[in-house]
Amino acid sequence: MSAFDSWAAMGGYAAFVWPAYAVAVGVLGGIAIQSWRRYRASVRALDRLQRDR
Amino acid sequence: MLSRLANPARFMRLSGAVLPLLTAAAALVLLIGFYLALFVAPPDYQQGESVRIMFVHVPAAWLALLVYLLVAVASAVALVWRHPLAAIAAQAAAPLGAAFTLVCLVTGSLWGRPMWGTWWVWDARLTSVLVLFFLYLGYIALANAFDDPGRGGRAASMLALVGVVNLPIIKFSVDWWNTLHQAGSVFRIGGPTIDSSMLVPLLIMACGYLLLFSTLLLVRMRTALNERKARALQLATAPAASAPPHASPVPR
Repeated sequence: MSAFDSWAAMGGYAAFVWPAYAVAVGVLGGIAIQSWRRYRASVRALDRLQRDR
Repeated sequence: MLSRLANPARFMRLSGAVLPLLTAAAALVLLIGFYLALFVAPPDYQQGESVRIMFVHVPAAWLALLVYLLVAVASAVALVWRHPLAAIAAQAAAPLGAAFTLVCLVTGSLWGRPMWGTWWVWDARLTSVLVLFFLYLGYIALANAFDDPGRGGRAASMLALVGVVNLPIIKFSVDWWNTLHQAGSVFRIGGPTIDSSMLVPLLIMACGYLLLFSTLLLVRMRTALNERKARALQLATAPAASAPPHASPVPR
């Protein structure tokens, strides 16, 4: 077993460790992306309104 | 100082200047945190490699509590002093708190299965954190349930204040009741009982979570202020479109 394989196996707990990290990165990354997209949209909408005046 | 910051125009200027720095700091500290958690921290002598779940689970629990406290304080300020930024801060923070609580619950379940032999038990700690998650969802639903954002905000603020009783229950549940969940090993009288080889990565991950929360809080508050300004502009520039053509006051 290579060094990478034994690391990825997490001493037999891979089935619990990796999903836990995936959920943390997925949920926090997801809300980060959603927050950022909505922010960009709000900046664009405000710019458009101020240009049209 | 806080009341000076609390002017929306000044808030936009200051938060705009701080945001790039805060984003970079959050990304850097989280990267270091993940590196330490996955490569440097040692396996536990009893739990083996499964202890690495701690580094994403415990900071999420801390943030879940801290963010709720912030939502409650901001709600109180919004209710008592009617400060516009306080309500915006509370409503911007709540979905972030719900996200941290969700991460805490799911990673805890994934840790409980190999260590306790069960995904879930209805013990005091787990149940009170689940209640916290529902408090967040209730707050978000109430805040968005009314056409008039002021009314929704006030109703949600009351719920946030009532929910504060849950915070000490969560914190001390592991001391007051016999729980499957272990007692705290970091913030306790007599100092942490966890070894520094694990404590340091844990605290760095907690800093990373806190920086991420601060960044996203500013982003979401700026979004809310932008949207509010856009609504005001729309109303000001298009009075003919928003009112019916032959509108006249109807006596009641």
